[in-house]
Amino acid sequence: MADQSIDTLRRTPLYELHQEHGGKMVPFAGYEMPVQFEGVKPEHLWTREHAGLFDVSHMGPCFLYLKEGLGQPGAHEKISTLIERLVPSAISTLKPGQGRLTVLLNDGGGILDDLIITRMPDASLDGMLYIVVNGAVKHDDWALIREKLAGEAELQTADDRMLVALQGPEAEAVLTPHFPVAAELSFMRCAHVQKDGERYMVSRCGYTGEDGFELLLPNNETGLAYVRGLLADERVKPIGLGARNSLRLEAGLCLYGHDMDASRTPVEADLQWVIQKSRRERADFPGAEKILKQIADGPAEKRVGILPLERAPAREGTEIHVDGQLVGMVTSGGFGPSTDGPVAMGYVRADLAEPGTKIDLMVRGKARAGEVAALPFVQPNYKR
Amino acid sequence: MTQFTQQTTFYTEDHEWVTVHGDLATVGITRYAAEQLGDVVFVETPEVGKTFKKGDEMAVVESVKAASDVYAPLSGEIIDTNSALADSPETVNEHPEGEGWFCVIKFSDGAETRNLMDKDAYFEFCKGQ
Repeated sequence: MADQSIDTLRRTPLYELHQEHGGKMVPFAGYEMPVQFEGVKPEHLWTREHAGLFDVSHMGPCFLYLKEGLGQPGAHEKISTLIERLVPSAISTLKPGQGRLTVLLNDGGGILDDLIITRMPDASLDGMLYIVVNGAVKHDDWALIREKLAGEAELQTADDRMLVALQGPEAEAVLTPHFPVAAELSFMRCAHVQKDGERYMVSRCGYTGEDGFELLLPNNETGLAYVRGLLADERVKPIGLGARNSLRLEAGLCLYGHDMDASRTPVEADLQWVIQKSRRERADFPGAEKILKQIADGPAEKRVGILPLERAPAREGTEIHVDGQLVGMVTSGGFGPSTDGPVAMGYVRADLAEPGTKIDLMVRGKARAGEVAALPFVQPNYKR
Repeated sequence: MTQFTQQTTFYTEDHEWVTVHGDLATVGITRYAAEQLGDVVFVETPEVGKTFKKGDEMAVVESVKAASDVYAPLSGEIIDTNSALADSPETVNEHPEGEGWFCVIKFSDGAETRNLMDKDAYFEFCKGQ
C-alpha cells in the first residue's frame, strides 16, 4: 500500500475522531488509519489491563443471504451448503448467533483470506450469514463469493458502516451499560440489536487474545455517539494499528498476506482445526485432495512461534538457519510489550517444528540464537 | 587536521548528535529522533575497531514500531560503544542526549564537521520536518 498517494485513500467514519485524539495517520489497506495515539507500547499494555478501542472499519463486514426463503425451515442449511463450496469449515452446524473462524480457499487449497462467518441469531433471518473478511482483500473476496454463488445468494456489503473492536479485561463492564446483551454472550457468539430501524451487530471476538467485542454500528450520529460514549469511559483508550499488530502477534494470531497467503494451505498455516471432521469426511471443499493428504502425511513446512533468545527483534523476512542451512523464514516479528521481549512467527521445515528446537535468526547478517516456541506467547483471556 | 580543543556538539539531518572533543566524537540520536521512534527495545552498536566512512550504516536502533539505521556522522574508527544499552535500551528514550549515547568515533577528518548543523540550525531543521 506504500505506493498509494494519501489523497486516493478512503477515510473511515471515525477519521475525525482519530484526529481529535491525536492519532498519527498512515495508509493501510486503502484507508487512512491511525497507527498510534499515545505510543505502541502504552496502548498495548493498556489493552491487556483495561480496554482498548480499535477502529476496524477498513475491514469487510457483509451479509450473505438466500435470494428466496429467508427465515423458512431449512434456510440455514441452504445458505451453509452454498458458502461451504468456498470454505472448509462446517457452517451448517453453527447454532443461531454462533460464529466460526474459517478460510476462503482457492482450487489448490491456498488461503485467499481468513474470515469469521456467523449465523444470524434471529430465527426470522435464518438463511443469512454475517461475514467479516480482511480489509486488504475484501473486494476480491466479495467478487469471488458473488461469482460462485450467483443466482443463489445475495451479498450486501456493510463496510460503509462503523466497525469497532473493544478489547481487554474491562471490555464487558464498559460495554454492558450500552448493550446489556453483551454480558450474556460467550466467546464467538453474536447478538443482533435492532434500534430505530438500524441493525447493530455485537460479537464477542477480537484479534488481541483478550476478551472483547466487535461492534458493527450505523454510520450516522447515533453510531458516532456510541463510539464517543465508549471513549468517554476512563477505562477505555483509543488504540492504533501498531498495538493491534503487537497484541495479535503475542496472541499467535495470523495476519493475512504475511503469515499466510495463497501459497499456503490451512495445514501449513497450522489452521487445520478450522476444518471440522464432517468436512474432512465429505472432502468437498476447494483443494480437499491436497489438504487431506497434508493432514494425513504432514506438510513440508509449518507455521510456528519463534522466540528470539537475544534482545534483537527478528522481523518479517528474517531467514531462519540451522547448521548454516536455510530452513525457514520469519513472517511476522517484533517486540512483545507484554512478554517484554522479541516475539515472532514464521515457517520452518516440518521436522524442525517442535517447540524448543534451536534455530539461528539471521538479523542483519548476524546469527542470533532463537528457538521454535509454542503459540500463543500470552495466554488468551477469552470468555468461554 | 581540525582539532577541537573545546567540546562542541553538532547535529545531522538524520537526527544524530555528535559531540567532538580533540579527535574523538561521541554519537547518539537526538531527543526528537527518540520521540519519533517511540519505545526503544534494542540497539545494535558497531564493533570496536571497525572503521566507517561518513554516511555508512553504523548502528541500528529498534523500537516497538520498526528498525531504523543510524549513519556514521564522521569517518573514522569506533573506539568505544555503550555496552549498557544491551540491558537497558530504554535509556535511549530516557536520556537520548546523555547516558543513551551509542559509540565513540576516533575521526579522521575534522573538516567533515563543516556540513553538520549547530543546535540552532538543527532546531530550525526539526521545525520543518
